[in-house]
Amino acid sequence: MTTTDGGAGGTLPAALRTEALEQLLTERGLIDPKVLDGVITTYETNVGPLNGAKVVARAWTDPEYRRRLLDDGTAAIEELGFSGPQGEHIVVVENTATTHNVVVCTLCSCYPWPVLGLPPSWYKDPAYRARVVKEPRTVLSEMGLELDDDVRITVHDSTSEVRWFVLPERPAGTEHLSEEQLVPLVTRDAMVGVAKVVAP
Amino acid sequence: MEGIADMGGTPGWGPVQPPRRDEPVFEEPWQSRAFALATLSGRIAYGGVNLDAFRHALERLDRAAYLNDGYYGRWLNGAELMLTDSAILAPGAIDARARNLRGERVAEPPIPEPAVPDYAATAEGSLRPVATAPAFAVGERVRARATPVPGHTRLPGYVRGHTGIVEIVQPAFVLPDTNAHFQGEHPQHVYSVRFASRELWGADAEPFALTVELFESYLETTS
Repeated sequence: MTTTDGGAGGTLPAALRTEALEQLLTERGLIDPKVLDGVITTYETNVGPLNGAKVVARAWTDPEYRRRLLDDGTAAIEELGFSGPQGEHIVVVENTATTHNVVVCTLCSCYPWPVLGLPPSWYKDPAYRARVVKEPRTVLSEMGLELDDDVRITVHDSTSEVRWFVLPERPAGTEHLSEEQLVPLVTRDAMVGVAKVVAP
Repeated sequence: MEGIADMGGTPGWGPVQPPRRDEPVFEEPWQSRAFALATLSGRIAYGGVNLDAFRHALERLDRAAYLNDGYYGRWLNGAELMLTDSAILAPGAIDARARNLRGERVAEPPIPEPAVPDYAATAEGSLRPVATAPAFAVGERVRARATPVPGHTRLPGYVRGHTGIVEIVQPAFVLPDTNAHFQGEHPQHVYSVRFASRELWGADAEPFALTVELFESYLETTS
């Protein structure tokens, strides 16, 4: 199976082709639409960036947890009950006032599903995949994140099953907030490294 | 392999999309169906989960099939390619059914004799313990191999032939280059290799560092 495309795709609307595929597989008993519903519900409601936000808020308020998270991301994330596909081996990197990490997958759109859910549009967009490994400061600026010239940037291209998760910097002015109050401040974009978390 | 999927550093894509707050997981209902269908189609086409074969199906799509309907369009077309690879579906079966769904009356191709590969993963997931010690150590200078790979690989074009430093020795994982072609798992250590931007893009590049996960066989010593 090393040949190139044998004609997959086409010019008919994707919605119609999707319906056709579901019908073809269902009528031969190869899939059960209820199983499809279950897969969709999982990723629409149960697995999403709220999981990652809980990890971040815990790390911001529990120094021992933060240490474990940076030492063995997979295990520390699993402590909070988050594991599964696309999360076999998660490495956590910390953004600070002087170092900034940002994550991409240039070859497809690999993403740490157990903590962030399915990737957003901008992450899957060819412009992001192509450009952030070549001109990250320019790309981040286009996305609304201006970094000082002395901030060191590291881009992580997720080319294997290793998944990267960014622990954002806790913003000043949030010292009085509890773990629960911090959770809603943490955005998906900050956990990929294209934004900072801002105080309310 | 060379192709549309290997996007790192390629020109001509224009500005990036600004992030949107509260973007739904799926913009349109068909995208969620295509996502779930692609997930299940891999198992039907290959007799078991083979993520590498799925990614190889995506990268074998032509430019239009890869790009025109976005990420989930790509998954839909990848599902079709996997299913026709294994003769679960005949080429053209989806288009014929789609035409009939919208009221045309076209003949649908007969169901072919399936040819599903004799495949079973040795375990769940992609992590595999190996008995061999890592060939490279943290801090060692390594060069990414420059030879193009005709089949599936996770060695991006933009790092080929370039020299970096091993930053993290990762565990061993199934080797995508063989597993995608059902030629065995052959697990190897993976290395997070740090490259300087100027090594990759020349003297005028923005100053930054980049890490890429590279399998042991993608790397050679520089001495």
